[in-house]
Formats: sequence, structure tokens, C-alpha cells
Amino acid sequence: MFQDILVSGLINGGVYALLAIGFSLIFGVARIVNIAHTAFYMLAAYALYGLLVKASMPLLFAIPLSVTAVVALSLVCYKLVIEPVRQHESAVLIATIALALIFQESLLVSFGGSFRGIPNAVEGVVSIIGVRVSYQRLIVLAVVAITLVATWYLLNRTRLGLAIRTAANDQEIANLMGINVSRVAMYTVGISVGLAAIAGVVVAPVFVVDPLMWLSPLVTMLAIVVLGGLGSLKGSLIGAFIIGYVEAITVFAVPSGSYLKGAVALSIMVLVLLIRPEGLFGVVFEEER
Amino acid sequence: MRRKLLLPVVTALGLIFSQGVWSQNIKIAILGPMAFVQGENHWAGAEMARDEINKAGGISVGGVKRQVEIIKIDTNEIQSVPDATNAIERAITRDKADFLMGGFRSEAVLAMQEVAMDSKKLFLGVGAADAKLCENVTKDYERYKYWFRVTPTKSADLARTVFAVLGAVGNQIRTDLKKETPKVAILAEKAAWTEALVKAAQAALPKMKMEVVGTWQPSPIATDVTAELSAIKRSGADIVFTIVSGPMGIVLGRQMGELQLPAVAFGINVEAQKDGFWQATAGKGNYVATLDTFSEVETTPKTIPFVKAFKERYKRGPTYNAATYDAIHILQTAIEQTGSIDANKLIPVIEKMEAVGAAGIDTWDKSHDLIWAVGKTSGIAVQWQDGQKVPFWPPQTKGMKPFKMPK
Repeated sequence: MFQDILVSGLINGGVYALLAIGFSLIFGVARIVNIAHTAFYMLAAYALYGLLVKASMPLLFAIPLSVTAVVALSLVCYKLVIEPVRQHESAVLIATIALALIFQESLLVSFGGSFRGIPNAVEGVVSIIGVRVSYQRLIVLAVVAITLVATWYLLNRTRLGLAIRTAANDQEIANLMGINVSRVAMYTVGISVGLAAIAGVVVAPVFVVDPLMWLSPLVTMLAIVVLGGLGSLKGSLIGAFIIGYVEAITVFAVPSGSYLKGAVALSIMVLVLLIRPEGLFGVVFEEER
Repeated sequence: MRRKLLLPVVTALGLIFSQGVWSQNIKIAILGPMAFVQGENHWAGAEMARDEINKAGGISVGGVKRQVEIIKIDTNEIQSVPDATNAIERAITRDKADFLMGGFRSEAVLAMQEVAMDSKKLFLGVGAADAKLCENVTKDYERYKYWFRVTPTKSADLARTVFAVLGAVGNQIRTDLKKETPKVAILAEKAAWTEALVKAAQAALPKMKMEVVGTWQPSPIATDVTAELSAIKRSGADIVFTIVSGPMGIVLGRQMGELQLPAVAFGINVEAQKDGFWQATAGKGNYVATLDTFSEVETTPKTIPFVKAFKERYKRGPTYNAATYDAIHILQTAIEQTGSIDANKLIPVIEKMEAVGAAGIDTWDKSHDLIWAVGKTSGIAVQWQDGQKVPFWPPQTKGMKPFKMPK
């Protein structure tokens, strides 16, 4: 059982990490609470389904095209919907909820409400410490690791990363130092949605594609970023694996209560917040800015 | 001159109306979540019946042939119950529907039932299994008598069917695997409709000489059950007894295939009833079995012709919601027998009717619920075998094929 928990938690936590880090990034830099974040994840999964299954496009073309298309769409949405109301956090929140619902209904009209499946990139299973794991899940894990390392490199070793981190620390100072904060925010939206889109295309073959698939991970992702500390990338990463493992432990320890895995994860979040309101690695609210 | 013309014209129009030559269509509202497969099937089954009846001249109402007009009402009930009640209200008030049929999600159908009963409109249910829908008829006959269930049987009767099939699967395991007490893992989504079934299974399986090795209950919207399946694998289960209606049905088929779980999945798996299941599981849902309604077997003399015609027209097989086809024919029989479309006159006729439809042979009890009988209203069981949905139960029905164990 221990091996099962180890492997299940690692894979689930990895997927959550991709989603949570993207969400946390855009909140940290631009204070944008993007409720449509997991809707972009859903759009990427549908784009892959459309290109791979409907248009019979080779996987190697379908994946980058899906991610690029979703990132491009997110930038258009940012310019048209988010940027005009960026200074008003509640308006941004409502605008992104509206965007998510528009995406959901558009997919419902275009593809119908049926659940869709996408073939694996590589078929087969491997036994890891006695647990059978499909190659597709290993691919998910590898992509998650590579993407997280690439994101770390981008943020810590490039000029754009420096600008993003500066804007995240203090937008006014960043502005005074000649950084175009608005443009940095747009790039961050692209990177953030890119991470969600990558999550969407890698997990689509593992899960099921449907127009409501954005809702469940949204709640988990919000729990993770609040647990880790809003805006903290390190917190999101650690929070993702905590939630991933808590869910796995719940399923194995209480089989008849496996539906409670989400509730248990949320309870842990609440517990942490009671002890440490800013989350595990968040900034104390009074000290913000 | 004008006065001379007026009299014959008025007389002619009077004759036309009195003879019903220019008679009104019979309007039937088809209620369902039209963006989803359930609604698509509601509509498709109704289209089949409408075209068949209209091609033959229509429904004879007191000797006057009237055409059937079906009205598509998108209830959006999977996403919103209030949308469903608004939709049925619209069907009654704006579209002036004479009859109502369809529905899928029990919560929504219960709410829609109230609106239909307020308007004293005959409502034939084609999708919801909740027992309360018919218990209402027993509690307050005068108010709820306009409701009849056409398909499926109520939850408790679904359990009777599922245990009958499970017994047959258990016997095959005893024979093929030489295991006297097959091990069963219950995998049920956590939802109101599964609770009675889970409790019934936990009580009934030991009496059927089967060992329950555990009960796993993921969320109804779960899209990953690898953790549950890994635990089930370790439990040594021979049968995974599934009670699922959501996306988990696809995921479990797919992940069982990927993990090469040495067990058969049987139970209620709504997604496995659909033709798209094989594609959705990327071809890994082999050996997954479920209760179903339609297949090319002789459930009744009407079943095979209906299924073949449906497949030819829609390029896919019907699901149980396509029994709107039967519901319209039930109405036709009752209307032609009474010569009226008055719901109060039709009700006693339907109550006594034995309706031979494409889905089964329907008779109703005092609560206007289907009377359960194997081979009549019980439905069938099917198993996915190499991309084909193969019917295997009840064995006495002509056209059934053998159930296969995973290799």
C-alpha cells in the first residue's frame, strides 16, 4: 500500500503543481485571480482532441499547436477583457469567471456534452516498486519535471524572469526602474496559461475530456495556492504535493470514503490557515507591498 | 355577389373543420438535455416514432387522422434543475404541448413533474429511475396520475436485474476460474441514486456466496481512479461491481485495461452503454459489462427492426432514452383506443395496457411504475468485446452471445 501511495501521490501532485504554479505566478506578478486558469487547461485538452482525433494530426504537431493556440487566445483575452479592468480585482475575478463560462458553453455547443478520450502517446505499463504505472503517466511526470525546471530557469536565470520577479515584488519600483509592468504582466499571462495548457495536453489522455472538466481541478488548485501561500511559487509546488499525497492516503486508508479526498484536502488547507493565515510560504498580508 | 359567395365559403370551412380535414397536429414536447447524449437519444427516438406514424397517415383521433408534431425542449437538466422547470413551463405555456415526455436526471424530473401535474398534462418519463416519482402517484393519485414511467425500471428493480446478472457472472467465474467464492469489489460513485444499491449489494452478495473485499466510493465527477483500482487489485477481486453514471465509467474501463486488472467489471456503467465508449477508452475498455436496453436481440418483435433502423439513420446505436419511441406509440395506442387526446380519458387505458415496444413489454402497477419482469422490462446486459457491444443476458432471449472472461 505504501508504494501505491508514493506513486499515486507523486503523479497527482505533479499535475496539480503545473496548474497551481501558473495560477500563483500570474497572481504574484499582476494580482490577477484568474478563475479561467483551469478553463484554459480544458481548452488545451479539447484542442488536442480536435487536432489528434478529429483532424488526425500527428501528435508531435498537435501538442505544440494546441498549447500555442491556447496561449495566443489567452493573450487576446488578456488584452480585450482583463487589462481594461486590471486595477479592479473584483472586476477581474468576475471577468475571468465569465470567460470560463463562455469557454464551457462554447465547447458544449461545438463538441456536445459527451465525455471524450484521447489515445496515449505511448502504450504500455511498467512496474515501479511493485506498482503498475502506465507509460503515459510517466510521461506526465517527466513533462511536469521538465516544465517546472524550465519555469525555474526562466524566472531565475533570464532578464524576463528578473523583470517578472521585480514586478511581483513591487510593481511601482519595477515601473520606476523602467520595466514595462503591463507588458511583463502580459508575458506572465502567456507563461501562466502555457503551464495550464501543457498540463491539459499531457493529462488529457489519462483523464476524460468534457466541458465541465475545469471545475474540479479549479477547487483543488485554489486550495493548493491558498495552502502554499498566495503568490508563492515554492508554496504552490509543495502545496500541490501535499494535496496529491493527502488524496492518495485518503483513498487507500478509507476506501469507502474515497469521495472525501477533496474534502480532506480542503480541511487540511483550512487547518493550515487557522495556524498560519498567510499559508505555508505566503507573505503576511500586512507586509504585502 | 359577395353575399352569394360568403355562404358557401363559410359552409365549406365549417365542413372542413367538422370533418377534421384541417385538423391540428398532436403536439408532443420531448424534454431532455439536448446537448448531451441523453437528450440526443430522447429526440432521435421521438423522430423515429413521429416519422413512422406520420408516414402511415398520423394518429387516428375518433376517426380523424392527426399528424404528430414533436417539439424539442432543451432542459439543460444536467447542469441546472431550474433550467429544466423553466423549459417544461415553456413547453406547456408557449409551445402549447399536448403531451410531455423525456427527462433524465431524477432531481430535475421530480421538479418538472410538479409543473406538469399543475397543468394536468400527461408526462411519460423516459430516463429517471428515482422511486419517488411513482410513489407520488400512490400518495396523491388525483394530482400525480398524469405521470407514467416508461423507462428505466426504478432503482430497486435495477438492483434486482443487476444481481440476477451478477449471479450469472459469478457462476461463470466459479466454472472458469474454479473459485467457489468469487471476490467482489464494489466501486460506486458517491451519489443519492447509488446508496440503496451499495447497501443492497453489501447485504446480498454474501448470500450469493460471493465475498465483498471492499467498497470504494469516489466522487461522481472523479476522472481518475488509479488509486482505487490499485487498491482493488491488491484486494484480489475477481469482479469489480460498478455503479457509475459519470465520467468515471470511462476512466475505470480505460485504467482497468491499462493496469491489466485481472477482474471483470460489471454493473451499471452509463458511459459503457454508449457507442462512443470504445473510442473514449482508447480501445482499452475490453470486457467491461453493463446493464443496457437496446441491442440486436429479440427482446420483443419490434426491437431488432428499431435498432437496425436507428443505426442506419443515426450511424450509432440507441441508448435507453431513445425509448421515447415506445412512449409515443403508447400514446398512439391509447389515443386511438379512446378517440380522444384528453389525458383523463387516456390514463385508465394506459393503466390497463400491455405495451409491446422496442425496449420491452411494459405493464404498470398502481403507482404507474413499470412492473419488473426478466425479459420484459428488466433490460439486457452487454459486454464490450474487441470494440463491439455484445449482449449476453438474459440468456433465454434470442440473439444473446457468451460472456467472456479477461485473458
